[in-house]
Amino acid sequence: MLGKLSWAAIPFNEPLPLVSTAVVALILLVALAIVTVKGWWPYLWREWLTSVDHKRIGVMYVSLGLVMLLRGFADALMMRSQQALAIGTAQGYLPPEHYNQIFSAHGTIMIFFVAMPLVIGLMNFVVPLQLGVRDVAFPVLNSVSFWLTAAGALLINVSLVIGNFARTGWMAYPPLSGIQFSPDVGVDYYLWSLQISGIGTLFTGINFVTTILKLRAPGMTYFRMPVFCWTALAANLLIVAAFPILTATFLMLLLDRYLGMHFFTNDAGGNQMMYVNLFWAWGHPEVYILILPAFGIFSEVAATYSGKALFSYRSMVLATLAICILSFMVWLHHFFTMGAGANVNAFFGIMSAIIAVPTGVKVFNWLFTMFRGRIVFTTPMLFLIGFIVTFVIGGLTGVLLAIPPVDFVLHNSAFLVAHFHNVIIGGVLFGVLAGYNHWFPKAFGFTLDDRLGKASFWCWLVGFYLAFMPLYVLGLMGMTRRLQHIADPSWRPWLLVAGAGAIVIFCGILCQVAQLYLSIRTREHRRDVTGDPWNGRTLEWATPSPPPAYNFAVLPRVETIDAFWEMKRKGEQRWVERRYQAIEMPRNSATGFVLSFFAVVTGFALIWHVWWIVILGLLAAAATILAFGWSDEREREISATEIARMERTRVAVGGAG
Amino acid sequence: MSRRGDPRRGLRCSGALRWPVVGCAAFFAASCQSAGVLDPRGPVASAERLLLINATAIMLVVVVPVILATLAFAWWYRSSNPRAVRSSQLAYEGRIEFVTWSIPALTVVLLGGVIWIGSHQLDPRASIPAKAAPLRVDVVALDWKWLFIYPDQGIAAVNQLTIPVETPISFRLTSATVMNSFFVPQLGSQIYTMGGMTTHLNLLASEPGEYPGISANFSGQDFSRMRFLVKALPDSDFEAWTAEVRRGGSALDEAGFAELAKPGTIAPATYRSVAPKLFERIVEQTTAGPEKVGVTDWRSSAPQKGH
Amino acid sequence: MTTTTIEAASNRLAHQRDSGPAPTRIVVAYGFWIFILSDIVMFSALFAAYAVLAGNTAGGPTGAELFNLRNVFLMTMCLLVSSYTGGLGALSAEQRKPERFLLFAAATFVLGAAFLFLEIAEFVGMIHKGAAPSRSAFLSAFFTLVGMHGAHVTAGLIWLVYMMAQVVAKGLRAAVLRRLLCFSLFWHALDIVWVGVMTLVYLMGVQ
Repeated sequence: MLGKLSWAAIPFNEPLPLVSTAVVALILLVALAIVTVKGWWPYLWREWLTSVDHKRIGVMYVSLGLVMLLRGFADALMMRSQQALAIGTAQGYLPPEHYNQIFSAHGTIMIFFVAMPLVIGLMNFVVPLQLGVRDVAFPVLNSVSFWLTAAGALLINVSLVIGNFARTGWMAYPPLSGIQFSPDVGVDYYLWSLQISGIGTLFTGINFVTTILKLRAPGMTYFRMPVFCWTALAANLLIVAAFPILTATFLMLLLDRYLGMHFFTNDAGGNQMMYVNLFWAWGHPEVYILILPAFGIFSEVAATYSGKALFSYRSMVLATLAICILSFMVWLHHFFTMGAGANVNAFFGIMSAIIAVPTGVKVFNWLFTMFRGRIVFTTPMLFLIGFIVTFVIGGLTGVLLAIPPVDFVLHNSAFLVAHFHNVIIGGVLFGVLAGYNHWFPKAFGFTLDDRLGKASFWCWLVGFYLAFMPLYVLGLMGMTRRLQHIADPSWRPWLLVAGAGAIVIFCGILCQVAQLYLSIRTREHRRDVTGDPWNGRTLEWATPSPPPAYNFAVLPRVETIDAFWEMKRKGEQRWVERRYQAIEMPRNSATGFVLSFFAVVTGFALIWHVWWIVILGLLAAAATILAFGWSDEREREISATEIARMERTRVAVGGAG
Repeated sequence: MSRRGDPRRGLRCSGALRWPVVGCAAFFAASCQSAGVLDPRGPVASAERLLLINATAIMLVVVVPVILATLAFAWWYRSSNPRAVRSSQLAYEGRIEFVTWSIPALTVVLLGGVIWIGSHQLDPRASIPAKAAPLRVDVVALDWKWLFIYPDQGIAAVNQLTIPVETPISFRLTSATVMNSFFVPQLGSQIYTMGGMTTHLNLLASEPGEYPGISANFSGQDFSRMRFLVKALPDSDFEAWTAEVRRGGSALDEAGFAELAKPGTIAPATYRSVAPKLFERIVEQTTAGPEKVGVTDWRSSAPQKGH
Repeated sequence: MTTTTIEAASNRLAHQRDSGPAPTRIVVAYGFWIFILSDIVMFSALFAAYAVLAGNTAGGPTGAELFNLRNVFLMTMCLLVSSYTGGLGALSAEQRKPERFLLFAAATFVLGAAFLFLEIAEFVGMIHKGAAPSRSAFLSAFFTLVGMHGAHVTAGLIWLVYMMAQVVAKGLRAAVLRRLLCFSLFWHALDIVWVGVMTLVYLMGVQ
């Protein structure tokens, strides 16, 4: 009746997952209770859950990413503490069956449910505004994308309390992840959660490629687009080209596990090397999906806070597209040690080194943007400086690892772990945090407290170096990754420093939480009335903070790069009384939310082999899609008088520009 | 504008930090020497360390000036500096463009050469030239232990690999279960071990000593205990060791291997004899297909394991 | 009108480049094209898996023993002709002739269903002969690749019936026409994938 589900699935005898779930459940219940008591459900449903507005969806994505950062970071604290304690004869407090789940969950959550949502969230919020248009190409699809991602995040968190998570590492290589060596539900949680959110991400890719290529303000040719939009385009092209590979690969692993097929098994002709190839054919573009938008954010930040146009726009665009294409030609560098032979290894090593060229060009371009500028040390600017310094170190170690014989002694070691955290934290995370601080006033109408922002920056910077520089050393000393127990006591001082670094990072996170709380409390002192708190260059700063649902009452006519800077230079009045036309905006839709509800139910039922619920869930999802596919009234009109009224109100509040 | 955001403030405290920094550097250097990649005991590891150091040096030539320039530009062009020359129009300059593309390109061309030559010279399949004839060792990764078979000597050992110095060791490697990676940091290159497949590796220990070995690819429950010790002995001592092994311990026959293959960890041990062609049989056995089990209906062959 | 036709056309193009967001019909078609491309990437991964595993028969049946080229030819004809009738249906829709559209759509459906019937019969036959997907890596790859195409055809047939219902209920209004355009792209793309399957799997498999 209930497949493999039974009360044994809940770890009543294991305090750690039980207590943490209880705490989370309590927080959730309290939150739900507050919402109910205060009667906020209609507001939440109307303004957020069924919203198809890219700005709202962007905020929800970023919120999801930040919340999941707490979960992923809790995993990190546990890993660091276990490795600091379980040295020599000491066993630590996390036995292998737990520790192995924790590092698997840490990697999976950080990549799929922290980094991706943060990056996609910022692209969602900013790109249509920078393009000078009203929304993305397919707003309801956008909502579906977000809610499917949230569905995947929910499933992964459920694995904490019902059943267990994968014990394979975040890459889930077979045969370890196959049914013979991982017979329990852990790998199924991993696979279904990522398949569901993967569909959401693919839809985002389709949406944004179409938006950037087909929906831009009048006069905005390709070479007048902001650089962030170029990097968003490249990242979304990568999503469209890479995520289907992951979908197919996970499908094959699922078929092995559920129907006894032999894609990756040891026996009957299965080929585990093929999984590794397919996984990384997706996996390498994936890291560029993460870093390219971060590069774009830094380009915006460098120009804005140096008061100067980005140096060499064209070569930035060229470098971005070069990275986009090259990212498909390097995947084998993730497994030089699989024995492909010298010619193959050398080819991929050289391609990997070549990808450092456009990246290096970008670094120089940021430097020359700062050169002879007028630099203001805001939080985003600090993140830019910290990023350049940190990322080039990560890039150095990356190119080192791209040399096959060097990789032979460093592959899968703590050195590798230090390298990828170096580029992901120093690159992606710093970029996202810079973007968060930079665009927060646009989204909410008031700035974030800059002192706490800077405090969080310093904690992240110092914490990162303390946590990961020792790992480079440990890798050179012969330590491999994913160790639940450390045999060599001489590694202890380094592991203790790494643990201290994690605590400093934790302080950084606390600063950010404090920053958000305090900024909300004191928001009246920090109102952004002009819509342009940083003397920005691109079109999003031409709107009020926060922008109305339709973004621009009249789509701006673009004649140059840095369209808004040009408008200011020419002294154009931004908000002028004029005759407005009615605007058609998409209606809200519950499709995304409802579809994802059924996705969670179906995913959970698939994991636990409750086949009748699977069938019902799929039918319900199909019905939802068919219901959406029938409807024709998907837009509502905002009348010209309504628009005139909103614009007049804004002028009264913020001035005419 | 707040001065708290000044990234160069730290450098002014350099006087007070001088001795701790020196102390850390010394500690760092000493640590790196211990039993790892920077303390090679064989030609493969030595060559790889040399590559690592050279490549790092080449890249530091670019990276260090970039880091210094970043901090310098940020500091000098801060808005409160009255002496800085500003130029709001500098958005393109052909000469700078040429340099920004050339520096990375040249570095990469240089590294490309290093990569090509290094990959071929240090190909794991390449045999190591030496006076002594190669010794064959077959390696089998199990859950969660390492089996070493000496096919020419007819003996085997678990979690200990005793080899003669200055002798090329020609490894054939496989796994009886999941993917592992055979790795002795002080001797050099690691290589994956995979079920049903054979990988090849050549290493040589140039000095007597004991070198830790590990699995460098996560393989499950007791992965962190999958350690072994490589003992490099002078030739005569190695002969003595093989003779001693033949005198005691159990036989690694079918039953012995079945026992060994059970999941779990084990203390180092030796076997006085080995079933003939055991390595080949393990490779074949790992790929045994369902025809040996006699199942043809896919519905009934769907996995019932687990629950 | 004083401008020549060519001048007018180039003015129109220049205006389009600068004229802001593209119209809905173009945006929808473009987005669906991108989706089709992503679907082809997914099929490529399955093709790659098939290419790697085609020889791994693990002592079990091979393609040469199992594939019936006459059957494959019939299936191919069904699908190709269904693309033709689908095209005629699309033309009828563009010409605002709903009855003709429904006729050709029904023909497309029948041919697509025939394709599926033959494919399912093939699968069932193979399984009865002991050539189940769990028998060997080759068979796993075969069933998954060909089955994935079949699943897409099934989804297409459901979509087609749904579109026929929409045409009956709502007529050939703009939104319905856009969806029909997407369906046509989808159906023709499936044809292209089938040509790949036919060549790489069946024609090369019997050698």
